[in-house]
Amino acid sequence: MRLGLVIDLDVCVGCHACAIACKEWNASGATAPLTDYQPYGAEPSGVWFNRIRSYEVGEYPNNKTINFPMSCMHCEDADCVTVCPTGASYKRAEDGIVLVDQTKCMGCNYCSWACPYGARELDRESGTMKKCTLCIDRIYDTVMPVEERQPACVLTCPAHARMFGDMDDANSAVSVVIRERGGYQLMPELGYNPTNQYLPVRKATPISTENLGKIGFKDRLKGIANKIVKR
Amino acid sequence: MHPAFSVIFFTVSSGAGFGLFALLVLADLLGLGGGLSTDQRLIAGIVALILVSAGLLSSVFHLANPKNAWRAFSRYRTSWLAREGVFAVMFFPFAVAYLGLTWLNIENLDWLKNTVGVLAALIAWLTVFSTGMIYACLKTIRQWNSPLVPANYLALGHFLGALILLAIAGGGDVQIGAYVSLAMGLLVAAAVLKAIYYFWIADPGATSSIQTATGFTRGTVRLLDTGHTHGTFLTQEFGFQIARQFSLLLKFVVFVAAFVFPAVLLLSAQPTQNNLFLLAVVAVVGIIAERWLFFAEARHVVNLYHGAQRT
Repeated sequence: MRLGLVIDLDVCVGCHACAIACKEWNASGATAPLTDYQPYGAEPSGVWFNRIRSYEVGEYPNNKTINFPMSCMHCEDADCVTVCPTGASYKRAEDGIVLVDQTKCMGCNYCSWACPYGARELDRESGTMKKCTLCIDRIYDTVMPVEERQPACVLTCPAHARMFGDMDDANSAVSVVIRERGGYQLMPELGYNPTNQYLPVRKATPISTENLGKIGFKDRLKGIANKIVKR
Repeated sequence: MHPAFSVIFFTVSSGAGFGLFALLVLADLLGLGGGLSTDQRLIAGIVALILVSAGLLSSVFHLANPKNAWRAFSRYRTSWLAREGVFAVMFFPFAVAYLGLTWLNIENLDWLKNTVGVLAALIAWLTVFSTGMIYACLKTIRQWNSPLVPANYLALGHFLGALILLAIAGGGDVQIGAYVSLAMGLLVAAAVLKAIYYFWIADPGATSSIQTATGFTRGTVRLLDTGHTHGTFLTQEFGFQIARQFSLLLKFVVFVAAFVFPAVLLLSAQPTQNNLFLLAVVAVVGIIAERWLFFAEARHVVNLYHGAQRT
């Protein structure tokens, strides 16, 4: 089993709800707390497992804003695990989830140097490295209703831009959508073989803004009405 | 990369200590310059042990949670950091045995002294190589991911070690010429390797870009929003940037202080012991600048997600 996330860049609206839900759940989860520094001060900062960035792709007028959520990719070849001197970082054999044993970590930062995706953040308060657990304390919780046994970010996403599932199962929903939509890995040239994949923006014919043709009777009537009615 | 002083001091100090000890054993075996006196060998060995210990102690200050530092020896099968720790600790019993036998000076036990000395030198080389590999094995930082990095660490550690050994040799009856030649040879090797390193990292070659990082490989990509109002752990640790002009100036300082100034002084006639100490101090300052630059110039690929077009 190889559990991971698929993120649909076509529908992500960049609302940061996944990051907030992640923070909310994990602030009392397995690696809690996620310390905040100066939360109400001039320079607010803190530990987050999930961060959303926004990019502009292409040049005007053929440009597009793409919102880009990133969390731990739970890589197949996770260098963060091999470089760890204490054995605090480990990858679970049964489901491929990469975790940090908070009781063993000595806070040397070396794993964060080895991670190309910026998935690991040091908690200055506990002195240990923290990262996305894929909500391991949700997905295996048999007390929860079956449909809620998913990472908090996936459950909360209002646009359904996030999917969770088993990449090893060729017929799982995530595998199917990766196949059909051409899902891809980030920075494949580094060879980390990240489990999480991203679905590209769908191809759409651009809506023309020039030579729109003659205005019809209905639109002319609307125009006259707009001139008469004051709002 | 953020240049942390504890790590800079650690790599310079312990590198010089291991280099000094390895050269001390070699000089003793070869009887370089007629052979160092027992006192000189003991002083050199103790100085080496102090440098190594101070460096290791400083590295512990880099940890956010030092109470778990003892666990760092456990994953030597995959981690260069663990290997470095294991070799550094293995070094001490052999080094102390060598110095103890040197102090006792028993004729029948010379073979034992030489054996433990050679073993200590071998472990010293492995430790410094491991230090270099901690950085060289990271695929995320192209300025470090090079075989030149462990080569540089070994050359610079031995060069500083040779200068300290020369300063100690200068105080006795030993013929100093051999030690000057040793230091000069290592100076040239270290300077050439460092120059090749700076030349090599100046050309980015085929690296990751903001396009491969995001997967939008068919057009220009520009960061609009980082998603955080103030800095994060990532910007603090990896966001450090050095101005091009300043890095050029520092490279000039490195070459003048660490290589040109010592070379001129070594080639001048009969350096006195005071001069030799001054030489070692100036070179150490130069190498500290070199080590600061080594961190400051490293550009982690995570910066691509924060808007850098390439590393």
